[in-house]
Amino acid sequence: MRNNENKTGSQRARTIAANTVVYIVLGVLNLIWILPMVYLVAQSFRGEPGAWSSTFFPQTWTLDNYKRLFCETKFLRWYGNTFFVATVSCLITTGFVLAVSYAFSRIRFKARRPMMNVMLVLGMFPGFMSMTAVYFLLKILLPNNYQSLASLIIVYSAGAALGYYVAKGFFDTVPKSLDEAAKIDGATRAQIFWKITIPLSKPIVIYTVLISFIAPWCDFIFVSFIMSGVPDVGMYTVSLGMYKWLEREQIQQYFTTFCAAATVVAIPIVSLFMWLQKYYVEGITGGSVKG
Amino acid sequence: MSEYYAMNSAQKLLYNLKKGILGFPKAFVSFFRNLFRGLGRFGKNLAKGIGRYLAGFAAGDLRTKGSYIIMGLGHIGRGQTAKGILYLVLQILFNLYMIGFGAPILGKFFYGFFTGGTIGNVPMTEVWDENLQDFVRNTPDNSFKVLLYGILTIIVIVLFLALYFSSVRQSRKLEAMKKAGLRPTDLKADVADLMDNRFHVTLLSLPMLGLFVFTVVPLITMILIAFTNYDASHEVPKNLFSWVGLQNFSNILGGNSKLSSTFMRVLGWTLTWAFFATFTNYFGGMILALLINKKGIRFKKLFRTFFVVTIAVPQFVSLMIVSKMLSYGDTMEMSGIITQMLSSLFGYELKFGVNLLQTRVCIILVNMWIGIPYSMLICTGILMNIPADLYESARIDGAGPVRAFFKITLPYMLFVTGPYLITQFIGNINNFNVIYLLTGGAPGDLTKYSSGAQGTDLLITWLYNLSFGNNRDYKLASVIGILVFVISAVFSLLVYNRSAAVKKEDEFQ
Repeated sequence: MRNNENKTGSQRARTIAANTVVYIVLGVLNLIWILPMVYLVAQSFRGEPGAWSSTFFPQTWTLDNYKRLFCETKFLRWYGNTFFVATVSCLITTGFVLAVSYAFSRIRFKARRPMMNVMLVLGMFPGFMSMTAVYFLLKILLPNNYQSLASLIIVYSAGAALGYYVAKGFFDTVPKSLDEAAKIDGATRAQIFWKITIPLSKPIVIYTVLISFIAPWCDFIFVSFIMSGVPDVGMYTVSLGMYKWLEREQIQQYFTTFCAAATVVAIPIVSLFMWLQKYYVEGITGGSVKG
Repeated sequence: MSEYYAMNSAQKLLYNLKKGILGFPKAFVSFFRNLFRGLGRFGKNLAKGIGRYLAGFAAGDLRTKGSYIIMGLGHIGRGQTAKGILYLVLQILFNLYMIGFGAPILGKFFYGFFTGGTIGNVPMTEVWDENLQDFVRNTPDNSFKVLLYGILTIIVIVLFLALYFSSVRQSRKLEAMKKAGLRPTDLKADVADLMDNRFHVTLLSLPMLGLFVFTVVPLITMILIAFTNYDASHEVPKNLFSWVGLQNFSNILGGNSKLSSTFMRVLGWTLTWAFFATFTNYFGGMILALLINKKGIRFKKLFRTFFVVTIAVPQFVSLMIVSKMLSYGDTMEMSGIITQMLSSLFGYELKFGVNLLQTRVCIILVNMWIGIPYSMLICTGILMNIPADLYESARIDGAGPVRAFFKITLPYMLFVTGPYLITQFIGNINNFNVIYLLTGGAPGDLTKYSSGAQGTDLLITWLYNLSFGNNRDYKLASVIGILVFVISAVFSLLVYNRSAAVKKEDEFQ
């Protein structure tokens, strides 16, 4: 604070002017950033039918789109499907990621380097390049219901090991001396993992859970491929069902319903995200700085 | 980090970048040198292993000799009966699999390989049956399944061989232990060891199984497709497809002028896009982070939260709503709200999805909207770590905020996030969502593009259309996938070269 007292009047005026400019810039940017979301929510209350509107805010406000969403469409089924898939695949993914990253971070074994190199190479191929073959494999494994939620769970979580980098980077920073102390006290590797490392790794566990839980809500590539040609629309997840509403044949009828559905989907995800934002930031910064 | 403190000018930064790029050939060479060295070591170990294997057979007693043919014989009756029975059962299962399924599939798999013919040799036939008054179909070979199952079988064989050699090694050890009068470990101790010294086996087996079955096997299969003529006119199971060698690669790289010019155009736009997307996001995020974290600015958290909303909303929602806001229809009434407003307020006609240049600029702008909050979060984290005394001493030396940015902030950021920038660049080469959800590749131009590619298609969205869209050409999709891999790998080598974290992993812990 001493610095401020030393400042002359003109300096202070300059600081205030600069800050005002920054406030204005930030305010305008915030507005730009949030406008599409405001538009989305506003359109979900629009009374006029059709896909296009000539005003930013609707001329008549109504709750009909929401009523229609919950009563006339399969949206609730999709929501349940997505929630189920997200929960199960989140559990599997988190388990896989933590196991693999801990093994690579803490245990030195012969195949470690080669395995990490192979996984690095695998990660460089486009993810859905292998989808056609995965589809055939699912047909073999689940001959009667390969177009099912079980298939989706497999697709979302089977390759989870490839995303071990961030968690490994975190485990690398947990002091090794703790492990050694526990070992001297007679703890096995498994006990060290469960009783020492995992309790110390809350941020990375939450980060992994968050990322893997949100993924199925956002994906539509894999789900549209797995579910292509399924007669029962009730098998869809939200992303696929909503994506279909914006196709050329449906958009006139369903655009406002889409907006309502998007609002309903976005609210819990955004809240979850805001609630756990701290951990998300820790995860991405930790992961990015180490490359 | 100590070098960093000595470095505070843009020249040193450039020097650093230059060093990275000049060091690239060296990294390239050392990569291959290591590869060959590794192969040499592998060969030596293999020869040694075979020697030991044969010597062990000659020196072993009858039971050990028997375990070379029937797995588990060396375990049963030598204190590890349960394990021995398990080995025996596995061997029987393997033999049944090979006789019933593996061997015929491998025969078909390699048949075309050596004769230059089709993969699988029973084409689909339909014969009119007078008695049934219907077409009778045979059970044809499915070339794709032959490939897939062939790969699976080869992997099963490799895994089984590994198991076999380890069982033989163990029987030799058991014999030696018996001669020395030692007791082998029992099953319980083996299982307990899985929780301790061999805990990595427990941790890794399931994730690796998943990776193997659902990533490695499918990927190898799809890579092999690049060497076949699998496309819409060789759709399985109606037709068989065959091996064509490197034909597809030579076509796309110049053999077929229409195709190769399309490829060059798409590649050009992919790299341009990746460059602009990476740098606009990076610098945008950095400036935003600086603004929010400026001293004396209040409501930091509130400002940040508004930006972070775009990360949290699923991309298929945010991108699709923006694409509808930008859309350009037959009439203004059938266009998006932004297009309408630009037209009515400024008289500017935005032909999103019709005019190529406008569309491309829009995509990059929308990508800033999507991506800047993300890089803002990352930059904020790093900015906090810049030692405050650097700014203090700069201030004492009379440097203004702009000077401090170029002399301290920017070099520091680039130094720390160099690898991240390249990772982002690779990520943008593969940025499927933004392009697919915003334009789906439009606008198209049949005079310049072929094989279903369009003006704003990236390699990755083109690949998607070739695999799942209307212009199905699986062989081409596979070739593009491999080329995307090559591009990513080249840029990754740059990261690998620059990133000290990889080399000094153990010192760091």
